[in-house]
Amino acid sequence: MLQPAFTIGSAILDLSYLIAAVLFVIGLKMLSKPDTARAGNLWAAAGMLLAMITTLLLHKDPQGLLIPFRNVMVILLVISAGTVVGWIVARRVKMTAMPQMVSFYNATGGAASGLVALMEYGNSGNTSLLVTLLGIAVGNIAFSGSMIAYGKLDSKIKDWFSPVMKYINLFMLLFIVTLIVIVMLPGVKGDVARSLVYLLFFVSLVYGILFVMPIGGADMPVVISLLNSLTGVAAAMAGFIYGNQAMILGGILVGAAGTILTILMCNAMNRSLLNVIVGAFGARESIGTNSGINGVMREITVSDAGILLNYSQKVVIIPGYGMAVSQAQHVCSELDRLLTQKGVDVRYAIHPVAGRMPGHMNVLLAEAHVPYEKLVEMEHINPDMGNVDVAMIIGANDVVNPAALTDPSGPIYGMPIIRAHEAKNVIVIKRGMGKGYAAIENLLFYNEKTRMLFGNARDVLQKLVEEVKTM
Amino acid sequence: MKEILEFIFVYRHEIFIIVLAGFLGIEVISHVPSVLHTPLMSGANAVSGVIIIGGIILVGHTDLSRLSAQLVFGIVAVFFATLNVAGGFVVTDRMLEMFRKKKQKQEHQTR
Repeated sequence: MLQPAFTIGSAILDLSYLIAAVLFVIGLKMLSKPDTARAGNLWAAAGMLLAMITTLLLHKDPQGLLIPFRNVMVILLVISAGTVVGWIVARRVKMTAMPQMVSFYNATGGAASGLVALMEYGNSGNTSLLVTLLGIAVGNIAFSGSMIAYGKLDSKIKDWFSPVMKYINLFMLLFIVTLIVIVMLPGVKGDVARSLVYLLFFVSLVYGILFVMPIGGADMPVVISLLNSLTGVAAAMAGFIYGNQAMILGGILVGAAGTILTILMCNAMNRSLLNVIVGAFGARESIGTNSGINGVMREITVSDAGILLNYSQKVVIIPGYGMAVSQAQHVCSELDRLLTQKGVDVRYAIHPVAGRMPGHMNVLLAEAHVPYEKLVEMEHINPDMGNVDVAMIIGANDVVNPAALTDPSGPIYGMPIIRAHEAKNVIVIKRGMGKGYAAIENLLFYNEKTRMLFGNARDVLQKLVEEVKTM
Repeated sequence: MKEILEFIFVYRHEIFIIVLAGFLGIEVISHVPSVLHTPLMSGANAVSGVIIIGGIILVGHTDLSRLSAQLVFGIVAVFFATLNVAGGFVVTDRMLEMFRKKKQKQEHQTR
């Protein structure tokens, strides 16, 4: 990397990168507060636009030449095409398809980083070999991993798990590290090194696929935030190649944000990151312990459930992935409004890993016009659960399983849960008798206070709405 | 050993930025309420599209008169990165728009 000579253009370019970097920081800071979030997003976008424009107009190659006019036109053409496509898709996509959309855009970012790093490999002036190789590997893993995550969230790809995968994945990871080390060796040059780099490119793609393949269900939020963080790191690596501070800072910021979310998600399940990546829930191998289950599930009719809700003072709704699957958020919000009009205090208890991406339930309920002040985080609602008349669980399972508190031998022991069992009454809306993602029995369903309402969440809620309307 | 130290010396500025940006990122994002997990992730995702700068530099200094891998893959990279940036920011804005509308609505109701 050569130090460019001082010119006014270069100085302005560097200054614009500094401003862009500051805008990224301010934007992300504002994004983490509800009142300023929307403006924050726009500030970050403005920073990006600024950096793009000044790069196009002012960037110089090592010989001191600006980007030729023809190239500027080509780039503008490609950017316009990408903007139109990205914009239209982002505008048109249904809010319920948000998780897959985020995954898809994450994949494109990873792919871009992998390609840029690959093309910069061997370019004169690029002396940062290690970073280039890391950029290729990380970018590609983020790309293919995110595409698989996209497929899974869109129900195009099923979870595919086999105990051998653990060892294959470990081997692949070691293989990638070995490849990087070999290419770095002083004796490896020319065509040999070049072929090894291409091999690295493809092996990373395959590893991304294999790494996300066995992970599914409740572990998706962890994987998605991890992939997000990887894309950031890949962009930062590419920034390193160019000595570009805006890219490095932007990429590392995203990497850090993704890492924090990943840790939050892991904590919410009381599992380590390694356990999520390698384990794919050990419960799959041993179908949980059925200790302490004696008793039967008791059903309730829709009209009895309606009466129960209507004459309650405090109702807490606990949504899970089942609500997203059956698209029950709108009718749920309708029921909430009806009950609220009748003077019932209705709130929602949100478990951090409910759904398939971080904050999934919040987006879903926001789409159904539920005010976000009604959405209460797990740790804030738990102390009050004893005063709640009815806890209504819609398509959630493991996040309310008291076995997490009481059964030290169970696979979810130690995971923080919403203490639905402390409420005076519990209504569980559930499609069938099946188990949750962790494949263990839910002690709550056998609790004396619990009544089951079997059926598709949307249909059941629709009937409940009609029932409550007549009262 | 000498190589490692040399690497650190040559790239000391970049390494500084990486380490400090890491701390900054953790500081800036910590304590984010779960309501904002998705928009924050999505917004951060859009910021990671900053790789578009790399794409612009790559294609910008490529010879257009002949078809090279660098030209083709560079253009693909710019296109993908643009999808990431444009799509990412627009999707995030849509999500946050929903959150905001609700708030105003509720204010009307409580009046």
